[in-house]
Amino acid sequence: MSPRQKRRLAGVLVVLIGLSAASALALNAFRDNLMFFYSPTEVMEGKAPPDHLIRIGGLVADNSFREMGEDLTVRFVITDTAENVPVEYTGVLPDLFREGQGVVAHGRLGSDGLFRAERVLAKHDENYMAPEVAEALEAAGYTGHTGDGGDYDR
Amino acid sequence: MWLFFHKLASPPYFYALAGRLIPWFGSICLLLTVVGLYLGFFVAPPDYQQGEAYRIIYVHAPSAWMSMFIYVVMAVCGAIVLIWRMKLAEVMAVASAPIGAGFTFLSLASGSLWGKPMWGAWWVWDARLTSQLILLFLYLGFMALYSAIEDRRIAARAASLLAVVGVINIPIIHFSVKWWNTLHQGPTVTRLDAPAIDLSMLIPLLLMFLAFKFYYATAVLIRARHELLLRERATAWVRKLLERAGA
Repeated sequence: MSPRQKRRLAGVLVVLIGLSAASALALNAFRDNLMFFYSPTEVMEGKAPPDHLIRIGGLVADNSFREMGEDLTVRFVITDTAENVPVEYTGVLPDLFREGQGVVAHGRLGSDGLFRAERVLAKHDENYMAPEVAEALEAAGYTGHTGDGGDYDR
Repeated sequence: MWLFFHKLASPPYFYALAGRLIPWFGSICLLLTVVGLYLGFFVAPPDYQQGEAYRIIYVHAPSAWMSMFIYVVMAVCGAIVLIWRMKLAEVMAVASAPIGAGFTFLSLASGSLWGKPMWGAWWVWDARLTSQLILLFLYLGFMALYSAIEDRRIAARAASLLAVVGVINIPIIHFSVKWWNTLHQGPTVTRLDAPAIDLSMLIPLLLMFLAFKFYYATAVLIRARHELLLRERATAWVRKLLERAGA
């Protein structure tokens, strides 16, 4: 390599290293803002601003789903296995919504501790399998693979 | 080894070699697409939760992978352009950009179609979707910058700098689902522990991935040949080529 090419190579490397450092610092500084949702534990710790529109993510707790009447109003509990947040929602739920499934609810936390959701999204997990396999796994008492929406324990 | 690279860098040699490779790559791509789509749409079982709708993965995941792969190719070519001023690297980077932009758009559009019934939303501003959208803008910016400057070689150098700077977005896209809470799920195929996808579903997925790779190889060589002819139209080897085609 000629001296000029070496200088250019050094230039490209300096630009790349500088950019990596800058974006690492910037992303770290905005870390909390880049989170799509709060976990129930974070909400209980008071990390989520009250009376603001926030998102809460977690699993729909088993046996917590109730239909409240004729007008599509439902109540359920979002859990990260450590803490629980009761949620009320009126509207159509996505296809993947069920107990044990990961969901993200968008709404406000009332002073009575009830989270009033304006929108509920289902979070899909990264597992793909045939229905027969899922049934066989469940029959064998192996539930670690199903319905786990990812890292809610953070 | 070095001799091969030097030969490859010579436009007439590359033009002829690419011309010979294109039909092969094109046929392999076609074969893989037919087999992959058949296995994916008709042989693989439905998913235990999503039913038939998960089959969009056979288009969505390979196009998302390709959108990142092509960007890395473009950035490496860009670095070569900036350091060694190699003409062929300019041509390859310029030829790659529209294909990469196409794959990025395909991944965003197919994900959106899947997101509405599954998540309940066409679009959310989570870290994965947002960083992928930025990738689309990087591709479009590269193409716009290249065509905004009249002199092809200066244009390629300016666009190359953008490609190299933008490569920082690639690890951010890849790790976004690990670093932050996102609505988009985590990686399935590249996980190191237990396989998260049935083998009967994984095989068509990998076939489609290879098919998309060969599509890129075919398309980029065709585009690179055109770009080469256009740039070298005043040189002796192109004139000789034209004379032979005319005769």
